[in-house]
Amino acid sequence: MARPVRFNLHEKSTNDWGINQASMPEGHMGDGFFATSFDKVVGLARKNSIWPLPFATSCCGIEFMATMASTYDLGRFGAERLGFTPRQCDLLMVMGTIAKKMGPVVRQVYLQMAEPRWVIAVGACASSGGIFDSYSVLQGIDQVVPVDVYVPGCPPRPEAIIDGVLRIQDLIHNEPLRRRNEESYKALMESYGIE
Amino acid sequence: MAMTLTSDIVREKLTEKFGDSLTEWAQPHGILTFCVPRDMNLKVLSFLYDDESLAFRFLTDLTAVHYPDRAGEELCVVYHLHNLVANRRLRMKLYAPVTQPDVYTATRIFSSANWMERETYDFYGVHFIGHPNLKRVLNVDEMDYFPLRKEFPLEDQTRIDKDDEMFGRG
Repeated sequence: MARPVRFNLHEKSTNDWGINQASMPEGHMGDGFFATSFDKVVGLARKNSIWPLPFATSCCGIEFMATMASTYDLGRFGAERLGFTPRQCDLLMVMGTIAKKMGPVVRQVYLQMAEPRWVIAVGACASSGGIFDSYSVLQGIDQVVPVDVYVPGCPPRPEAIIDGVLRIQDLIHNEPLRRRNEESYKALMESYGIE
Repeated sequence: MAMTLTSDIVREKLTEKFGDSLTEWAQPHGILTFCVPRDMNLKVLSFLYDDESLAFRFLTDLTAVHYPDRAGEELCVVYHLHNLVANRRLRMKLYAPVTQPDVYTATRIFSSANWMERETYDFYGVHFIGHPNLKRVLNVDEMDYFPLRKEFPLEDQTRIDKDDEMFGRG
């Protein structure tokens, strides 16, 4: 008897060995060569090997643990390896309420990360202070560090966190190599007082 | 201890020692409560600690309450004491004016009062005379007000994106 529920209804684009492959970037291909722009290759490599740094302070951190665990498995997107030192990581994931006293710590962690670096604010508290509109809570981490992607929710489900990481992957994929040398980027850093 | 330590015995002993200076006797939620003059808190605390039959030797809590309407005694400092042997609790209060909230520190009697007094200073600005390290403990050092005093709104005043009309109070 056939199973009543079928998973993987859609055909996957697999090769002869049954392995998923990322699609090739645009370029010119001929006999024995393939030419494309450098930043497309770099973007492809970077976006599929993100090292996230979890900065989990409350319930969003619990959702993140589910995101990393087997059911949701963020490792499918190349972000399997969490780094617990900011010096090795590309993606700062701030998950949870950041008290004003914790603000300088978030900033310090951000400063210790090497360029290129991305920041994702997971949940209402990290994005805006959330329900804690109070004297003690930082009203959004974008007051101390620049944020690339905001994930709404209180707390967001693992699907939403994965979606946020996919948006980060889009940013990484499409980022020009020179972006971090541009004047506009320097101006953004200066607006946060970061050299 | 053969005889159980009742509220009546505690009250009797305290009245015998300090007379009419202890006021506002009450027993809310079964805990004996009274009020001491501001400059007598250490005398009463050490009597409660040293007396063999009373032996209130554990400071459960130390905090403050702000009563903005009580002129001249706006800040109320509250001590919760516990006799761990007889399992009796006690609540001791004193009032201080918000303009000069000076209270003698209890750190010489209870080491645990150190952080609790720092917290009380942090949130209410009660100045504990003789405290070894009276500075903020929970809030950021740059904070220039005492957030649990009633005149300060609970909501963060640095937030600029909140439109009151969207919250139905425009």
